[in-house]
Amino acid sequence: MADSNVADPKIEFLLRLADNSLVLSQRLSELCGKGPALEEDIALTNVALDLLGQARFWFAYAGELEGAGRDEDRLAFLRDAHEFRNLLLVEQPNGSYADTLMRQFYFDAWHYLLLEQLLTSSDERIAAIAEKSLKEVRYHLRRSGDLIVRLGDGSELSHSMMQRAADDLWMFTDEMFQADAVEQAMAAQGVMPELGTLRTPWINHVAEIFREATLVLPPLDAWMQKGGKQGRHGESLGYLLAEMQFLPRAYPDAVW
Amino acid sequence: MSKEWPLWEVFIRSQHGLAHKHVGSLHAPDAEMAVNNARDVYTRRNEGVSIWVVLAGDITASSPADKSVLFEPSNSKVYRHPTFFPMPEEVKNL
Repeated sequence: MADSNVADPKIEFLLRLADNSLVLSQRLSELCGKGPALEEDIALTNVALDLLGQARFWFAYAGELEGAGRDEDRLAFLRDAHEFRNLLLVEQPNGSYADTLMRQFYFDAWHYLLLEQLLTSSDERIAAIAEKSLKEVRYHLRRSGDLIVRLGDGSELSHSMMQRAADDLWMFTDEMFQADAVEQAMAAQGVMPELGTLRTPWINHVAEIFREATLVLPPLDAWMQKGGKQGRHGESLGYLLAEMQFLPRAYPDAVW
Repeated sequence: MSKEWPLWEVFIRSQHGLAHKHVGSLHAPDAEMAVNNARDVYTRRNEGVSIWVVLAGDITASSPADKSVLFEPSNSKVYRHPTFFPMPEEVKNL
């Protein structure tokens, strides 16, 4: 609230939720047809579709609250990188399959905990969308956790790839628990939980899966990157958006 | 290709279905992943469904050559078919 750039913290909060799902969905879509097995390919694409559906709900609500005539398409396709509010974690490139799975697992574990808390949001619409999404995310988390164990505790090569992915992506995880003015305002209104309270259950879950996967949890006091939620992104988001938004920007009046 | 995932046959009971029906097959490294994959490939994760997976190699099928031995004898004897008993309306799903 103290931040004068933040017009309405609820819209801002909804955009964060929407952008997380949209950007991760876009990343996963890039792998369509490139999965390591046909079944994996279908599963990944399913997750991408789930996330896209969630993004649409959040965007639609954000657009309504804003009341400026921006629908889900305008919000997705006509905002530039600095206007995106997604976590840095979800915009990370797919990398190897280990990187993709680790990004998914880190995010799913957080996403699940957050949505679970949003079920009791003081905003009924948010609670309803969370309930719908949670069913999907419960499955995402089960799937990604299962694959982390299989590959972490798989061959020597798969183990080392998973460990490297765990270490490389670690610096993007703390952002998920760092509340800024927007989240503080939302927590004060009972719209969302205090983000910091998700940290311990998240670490516990990740640690448990890592133990089973014979992976080492990166140091908790490691240096952490942040800024995505405030619109300060890495280089790769620009490329992602350039590809995703090309058509609506080249043909702004197009109807599809 | 010796490391290729084995083939699993998938049987699904739909929300209002009474029995598991064979819906197809898929490759997976083990039963748990076969169930997960079956959700994605064959059910689109509808709620209230039950999935069975079984290794294709564990299924014994009758040979097409045995068809006449197995099925034909009864075809010519109508009295072997219980089709002459009117069923009460109340009896469902028989």
